[in-house]
Amino acid sequence: MSADLSTTYLGLKLQNPLVVAACPLTLQIEWLERLEQAGAGAAVIASLFEEQIEHEEAELLAACEYGSEFYAEHSHWYPDPGEYRSGTATYLDHITAAKKAVSMPIIASLNGTSTGGWVKYAKMMQDAGADALELNVYFIAADVDAPAADVEKRYTDLVAAVKQSISIPLAVKVGPYFSSPGNMCLKLAEAGADGLVVFNRFLQPDIDIKSLETSPHLELSAPQEMLLPLRWVAILRGRVSASLAVTGGVHDGAGLAKVLLAGADVAQVASTIYLNGFEHISRMIRDLTAWMLEKEYDSVDQLRGSMSQQNCPQPAAFERGNYMKALTNFTGKPV
Amino acid sequence: MAERRFVTIDGNEATANIAHLCNEVAAIYPITPSSGLGEMPDAWAAAGRKNIFGSVPHVVELQSEAGAAGAVHGALQAGAITTTFTASQGLLLMIPNMFKIAGELTPTVFHVTARTVATHALSIFGDHGDVLACRSTGWAMLASGSIQESQDIALIAQSATLKCRVPFVHFYDGFRISHEVNKVEQLTEDDCRAMIDMDLVSAHRQRAMTPERPVLRGTAQNPDHFFQAREACNPFYAKVPGLVQETMDEFAKLTGREYHLFDYVGAPDADRVIVLMTSGCGVVEETVEKMVAEGERVGLVKVRLYRPFDGKAFIEALPKTVKTIAALDRTKEPGCAAEPLHQDVLTAVTEYCPAGSVPKVVGGRYGLSSKEFTPAMVKPIFDELAKPEPRNHFTVGIIDDVTGTSLPFDESYSTEADDVTRAVFFGLGSDGTVGAVRNTCKIVGENTPKYSQGYFVYDSRKAGSLTVSHLRISPRPIKGSYLVHSANFVACHQSHFPDRLDVLAMAEPGATFLLNSPFGPDEVWDSLPAETQQQIIDKKLKFWVVDAYHVAKEAQMGVRINTVMQTCFFKLSGILPEEEAIAQIKGAIKATYGKRGETVLNRNYAAVDGALGSLKEVRVPGKVTSSKRRVASVPDDAPEFVKEVLGEIIANRGDYIPVSKFPVDGTFPTGTTKYEKRSIAQDIPIWDKDVCIQCGQCSLACPHATIRMKVFDPAHLSGAPESFETADYKTKEYPGWKYRLQVYPDDCTGCGLCVDVCPAKNKQVAGRKAINMEWKLDHLERERQNLAFFETLPYPDRHTVKADTIKGSQLLQPLFEFNGACAGCGETPYVKLITQFVGDRMMIANATGCSSIYGGNLPCTPFTTNAEGYGPTWSNSLFEDAGEFGFGMRLGVDQQIEYATILLQKLASKLGDNLVAQLINNRQETDEEIAKQRAAVAELKKKLQSLDNPDAKALLGSAEYLIRRSIWSFGGDGWAYDIGFGGLDHIFASGRDLNILVLDSEVYSNTGGQASKATPRGAVAKFAAAGKPSRKKDLGMIAMSYGCVYVGQISMGANPMHALRTIRAAEAYRGTSLIIALSHCIGWGIDMATAMQQQKEAVQCGYWPLYHYDPREPKPFSLDSKPPQGAFKDFALKQARFAMLARSKPEQSERLLKLGQEDIDVRWQLYSHLAAMPPGGGSGGGNGVEAAKSEKEVNA
Repeated sequence: MSADLSTTYLGLKLQNPLVVAACPLTLQIEWLERLEQAGAGAAVIASLFEEQIEHEEAELLAACEYGSEFYAEHSHWYPDPGEYRSGTATYLDHITAAKKAVSMPIIASLNGTSTGGWVKYAKMMQDAGADALELNVYFIAADVDAPAADVEKRYTDLVAAVKQSISIPLAVKVGPYFSSPGNMCLKLAEAGADGLVVFNRFLQPDIDIKSLETSPHLELSAPQEMLLPLRWVAILRGRVSASLAVTGGVHDGAGLAKVLLAGADVAQVASTIYLNGFEHISRMIRDLTAWMLEKEYDSVDQLRGSMSQQNCPQPAAFERGNYMKALTNFTGKPV
Repeated sequence: MAERRFVTIDGNEATANIAHLCNEVAAIYPITPSSGLGEMPDAWAAAGRKNIFGSVPHVVELQSEAGAAGAVHGALQAGAITTTFTASQGLLLMIPNMFKIAGELTPTVFHVTARTVATHALSIFGDHGDVLACRSTGWAMLASGSIQESQDIALIAQSATLKCRVPFVHFYDGFRISHEVNKVEQLTEDDCRAMIDMDLVSAHRQRAMTPERPVLRGTAQNPDHFFQAREACNPFYAKVPGLVQETMDEFAKLTGREYHLFDYVGAPDADRVIVLMTSGCGVVEETVEKMVAEGERVGLVKVRLYRPFDGKAFIEALPKTVKTIAALDRTKEPGCAAEPLHQDVLTAVTEYCPAGSVPKVVGGRYGLSSKEFTPAMVKPIFDELAKPEPRNHFTVGIIDDVTGTSLPFDESYSTEADDVTRAVFFGLGSDGTVGAVRNTCKIVGENTPKYSQGYFVYDSRKAGSLTVSHLRISPRPIKGSYLVHSANFVACHQSHFPDRLDVLAMAEPGATFLLNSPFGPDEVWDSLPAETQQQIIDKKLKFWVVDAYHVAKEAQMGVRINTVMQTCFFKLSGILPEEEAIAQIKGAIKATYGKRGETVLNRNYAAVDGALGSLKEVRVPGKVTSSKRRVASVPDDAPEFVKEVLGEIIANRGDYIPVSKFPVDGTFPTGTTKYEKRSIAQDIPIWDKDVCIQCGQCSLACPHATIRMKVFDPAHLSGAPESFETADYKTKEYPGWKYRLQVYPDDCTGCGLCVDVCPAKNKQVAGRKAINMEWKLDHLERERQNLAFFETLPYPDRHTVKADTIKGSQLLQPLFEFNGACAGCGETPYVKLITQFVGDRMMIANATGCSSIYGGNLPCTPFTTNAEGYGPTWSNSLFEDAGEFGFGMRLGVDQQIEYATILLQKLASKLGDNLVAQLINNRQETDEEIAKQRAAVAELKKKLQSLDNPDAKALLGSAEYLIRRSIWSFGGDGWAYDIGFGGLDHIFASGRDLNILVLDSEVYSNTGGQASKATPRGAVAKFAAAGKPSRKKDLGMIAMSYGCVYVGQISMGANPMHALRTIRAAEAYRGTSLIIALSHCIGWGIDMATAMQQQKEAVQCGYWPLYHYDPREPKPFSLDSKPPQGAFKDFALKQARFAMLARSKPEQSERLLKLGQEDIDVRWQLYSHLAAMPPGGGSGGGNGVEAAKSEKEVNA
């Protein structure tokens, strides 16, 4: 006996709901092949950062020109490299190569700063052969004078602009820090998002107490982090037409089952592969299958969203009621 | 057949194109100004560009010009059509092979950018001293005098050499032609094919060495037959002029451009004629045209084929009417009967003019080291020739008030036409001005029917360097190769220049003056000094202002204002209609930056659009309103020599200094950089005494000695300015003393290295340190006052300073200050530190390169003296021989010590045994012992002066040798790893007490980034365009193999304490010592402000292991850095030299970086084994001192 694990995400037919999230594991063809062999349903290629590309272009030119034309004995420092390849070209080549190397859908990912940049790079990725595009919207509203409505409009305008410029499906990876995340997701879907990836785990600055400097910090996700997207997928399922993906904290077959029950079409995983190796993908799928068989689910389609807020036995659990319950059930004692 | 097109390029590019197409092998060695000639074919070859034979030429860099000539000789013997490019000392190093190549009648062309040969001083600029030193080699010599000619004559030479079988030197003036940009009709590959006879190429190959038809060349011959055999080549030389003319005629048929062995221009009935060669011809031609138009009977003979000198053809080229001839030589041969061309002309008229009609011939010198040669200088020569007894052996262009050779000239004499745009642009090296003007030249030359000429004058300092770009745009070809002296457009790209420079001296009445200034049209007038305001009023200049930095910032272009200023020039000059000009500029931007990404393109486009909006005309008031005066080049209290010579050079008036003001032998005073206050920094480090931990790191790292610390008794504070803050000094040595960290605000370059290395952080504001870069103008006046007081404070007594600590070392006076190196230089902190330790008794033999330029390029000299007047004495011999030069100094000093010792012993009874014993037995290993020796020598001299004895007199002359000297050879990796390695290797074996400092920047820095054998694997450099494929030479290991050399590999950025101790130990070692100092460089493509961090990472990842090898120790080798942590790749890809390859050739980069990691791993293993070896374990250790002694004995 077996269960049908196939799912549809962004209109793409996937053999199972495990999608490798945007991470460096997807930046080498050899590793992509291993991910597919292990059973991944699709892969999101690690993000192309618009500002990084621009910064790199400008920096490389500056470095090449630095010290030029200022002294009689040297008009320039380096031999003309001819057409050197920017990070963009390398990324696009990688998408093309990935499409050739594996049969699972390849989703390109873009992290941009300007509307023009988003549109330009989105088209380039489509042309390179990506099956879909995931926008990794990373905007920190550090300007405390910026009203929330302006920030939200920035998101929706951006999604609309990109959607207009491409014909492949578009997913948007958003963060949880909106006053009304559910409403924001609806707006994004209205603006053209074919899928929503909840939630983006932002790179946060840390403070090095030895050097007294800030340093970027990103830790692998922990299973308990899954609960936040789980809640919001459960709330969104049935209320938004876009595909739903959960990312952050899905580490095992049980986690996979949970997000599907809450209403996700797919789960994006990365940390657990780093922690447990490529073969862990097979294990997660095996465990999901075993659980489905045990619970007598025929297919992912059947179980998807069966525990969403709309469908679950205690809808209030996804709201404030759950909080109350947690408080009243708390039995710990102060140390 | 491909169409010929007009291009606007420099002489080197014009020539290199032909050389690439017509040769199969080029073996080169970089030397200014010929380096570009080799670099371009190297880059073309790397891109797969083929020659006319259908193959990609092999372009290889050798270890010296001598090596390059040997390789050329070999390639020719193997049948390849082969060339090389060189100049000056480089050409001289080729002379032995040139004799051989000519003696073997081997066709080849050496393309030479004629450059001054170093005599009393080095000069990178142009004259014919080098080429004329090769007259006896048997090479034919063809001269070209313009960019067009450099291309055409290059091809004629390549063709003729095959016909003649005689090798050719094709030469033109270094810089004036090699670097001038002008419009030329570019020859095509088909043109080259038409001119190169493949049958002659085959014949060359047939004569090549081959085991199929074995021959023997290079025999040794004896008195009975050598002479005759040498004469056997005569018929070939006899045919050269005819064959060259035949080739020129073929060329004329092909292209329409006619050349002759000697070309005459001027009045058909001229009675006065000037004869010369190369770029001066255009200047004389312009003058001749004007004078003939005015009815004067003057003319010019351009010498094309200088060797063999065809006297008959020369006479035939002259008008029959000629009465007087001036032969002008761009060289000086002291003691000669007449300079070379003068002699040749004299011989020709004597041999070929009919008796009774021999014209009078006089000779003159002009243009040495690219000295300006203008129509104003030509006119008085013709005037002189009109006199009944014209002066002979004259000079022109200088004021010779010693031997009276110079002809006076009227500077206002001009041949410039009114319809020519003549513009000068004052810029900073870093702001892109030169690139913008070069680009303007190209836009006009290649997209309009007009002609353009660009020439660029650079500063001799690298930090904050000034550039002056000279541009002409004309409806006619521009012949005269000389600077713009009367400009109808002056652009000043930096608002502070008028405060120090007379930027309007060249502006003609009614000219346009464009100033980049943060002040708007209503405020800018008041920002100018009174002198500039007066000039604007007097000359009725049209004054425009643009805030280019603001526009550039808005366009995210940083400090690159080139695009903004170029746009303004086009708008104001009206050379093209505005819309067309903008389109052309944008087109040029696309051509230049199209490959560099859309971001770069868009930012440049934004700068163009922003420029037009920001450009405003200034309403010029009728009177001077400013109370500000232009700053004098040196202060009033400077010594006379500094004011009269160095100050005038600084003020751009060096051309007017007369001969009498100069030293006769190239000897200059030290310590003169302190008089030149360039004030180039925008931000300077400002001290926060409450945060400072008094560690000395900032002072140690400063490349220019512009942040210093002093400790002093508070009693000295009397009279201090109110702002002169001090802190309590936090050590036991000087209880109760005060501490002050002082910035030199007008000398600081603003590099920021000091702030980057500062370890102290503000407790309340973690972003601030004990020193912080702040806007200079907010602190300038106050810090000037503070500095003036700081300078009055004494340095502490050397004996009391703990010099073996960083802090202590920085309490010693640096005797190397305010040098002209790049801001953030990685070399100069080492040099400065050494002078702090031993500068007062130091002799330096400096290899040519960056260190000789920042160490000895006029106007000012950075090595200086302490309060007693002691300090480093410095000299540069050559690039290749700094090891031997220093070794010779050691020999000379040792000899004098022995001589003085003998005399001391002879005079012991008169001088007193105690004094003699003290002088002979003092080991002089500490500062205290050195001081005692100085005192004893002073006493000795006093006693000797009272003795009437020949030995006493002799000893008086040698007494100072008894003070222990610290003798050093300084140089870069190009010297130590390549051209000077053979000599250095010999010094290693000598055991003599010489300290060798290798400032390893891992690339030829001074000549602009050519690969050396120190260049790491995977780094891009010129002649390693695809990444250096081989690993870096382990120079330290080679030195260690002798067992008697102290070797230290150090990095100031990674471990300053190790660097400091290693330097001290190496200096103290009484044998040969080698210090290899990691020296970051702008050539690495890094942010120089954080360069010390790059050094740290270099050591951390094992790329640059720290070690020392002390032959005195039982276990001589000590590995002083920790095992590698982190990947080489992560370190490397932060630097453009590696990152470029990762972008252009990712697979190659990946492969080389992997090999680079293996290099690190293998070397670390090797060093670890060496460090772990038991005492005396075969590394030469343990008996090093004995080895040193025995080697010394052998060599003594």
